[in-house]
Amino acid sequence: MIANRLQKIGHQTLSTISGFGRAGIMLFGAIVGKPDFRKGFPLFIKQLYVIGVLSLMIILVSGLFIGMVLSLQGYNVLVKFGAEGMLGPLVSLSLLRELGPVVTALLFAGRAGSALTAEIGLMKATEQLSGMEMMAVDPLRRIIAPRFWAGVVAMPLLALIFNAVGILGGHLVGVEWLGVDAGSYWSAMQANVDLYQDVLNGVIKSAVFALVVIWIALHKGFDAIPTSEGISRATTQTVVTASLAVLGFDFILTALMFGG
Amino acid sequence: MTTRKIEILVGGFIVLACAAFLMLALKVADTGFGGASQTYTLYAKFDNIGGLKVRSPIKVGGVIVGRVGSIELDRVSYTPVVKLEINAEYSNFPETSSVAILTSGLLGEQYVGLLPGFVDDTVLMLGNGDTIEDTRSAIVLEELIGQFLFNRGN
Repeated sequence: MIANRLQKIGHQTLSTISGFGRAGIMLFGAIVGKPDFRKGFPLFIKQLYVIGVLSLMIILVSGLFIGMVLSLQGYNVLVKFGAEGMLGPLVSLSLLRELGPVVTALLFAGRAGSALTAEIGLMKATEQLSGMEMMAVDPLRRIIAPRFWAGVVAMPLLALIFNAVGILGGHLVGVEWLGVDAGSYWSAMQANVDLYQDVLNGVIKSAVFALVVIWIALHKGFDAIPTSEGISRATTQTVVTASLAVLGFDFILTALMFGG
Repeated sequence: MTTRKIEILVGGFIVLACAAFLMLALKVADTGFGGASQTYTLYAKFDNIGGLKVRSPIKVGGVIVGRVGSIELDRVSYTPVVKLEINAEYSNFPETSSVAILTSGLLGEQYVGLLPGFVDDTVLMLGNGDTIEDTRSAIVLEELIGQFLFNRGN
């Protein structure tokens, strides 16, 4: 009885650790080695299109609306203290430091991460990956690497776009609708936002999130049980694990960047 | 032809992201790359700096002309020395100028208020590395309340 319990715990621990190990080996095999730009670059561009450009719509729309809602809610509280001039810093700092990177990462995990997992899982199920190996094409270099780099490049760019659109959305509601002075919206923002402290830290955050999300998505797909049920489970796991990892890492990064 | 279309769209995506970054850097944040504007340095000694912080603004009549560079304690007199980094375009303050640590609003952030002094033939202009002699410290609200209560007792 006790031995069975112990065995269960041991089995879970070992399989978790070996999962990390397989993920590490996959990433190592995909990105370490002599790069071949002539072959790799067109694949990278194709993936940048699939991962980045096609995610643009959801990023633009949610950025705009999150900026607008922030502005609306922030105005209602600030106006009680006669401090509606601080609406600009409120909207821009919360977007740049937290919401931009985090929401982009969550949307990215849902939009692009799940698609990647399903795509690679299906490639595995239909034995395209083994087929490639038969033809002496390394699937890690051919399939995983371009997707990995495209994700790592695309997400910080998407987060920047999200931030910019969100701040414009905040301007739309705060200034155009609620009547905050446009001058104080932008100047208070400029006085309180620092390029390195806020903008670049947000970019660093989102690069870390990109790494985490794309790695989880690729690993779950590459490691999926090659059945329709296995792929569906892997896709769900990608979204759940990536979202949780993003939130966890966000706390750690916030504590490191803004905690001291 | 499809590759060309994809490449154009990816190019557009990158340009959009660069535009977003430029907007964030130039319109939202206060400085461009590496704090592009030239500054010169003045020093001021205060008795008490209150809640002044590094990068607090320096204002002349409400206009931001620079930022606090660093705050250190003088080893001899044990008073705070504030390093003021002022934009080079505002380079003509006379040495009769005074600085005070003020608060924006009742509970707002503290900043350095610079009041330009009079100019005549004997007055020199402040240059890089000079010290402003005429300073007024921050008003600490607790001390003020304490004084008020003490005076009422009499």
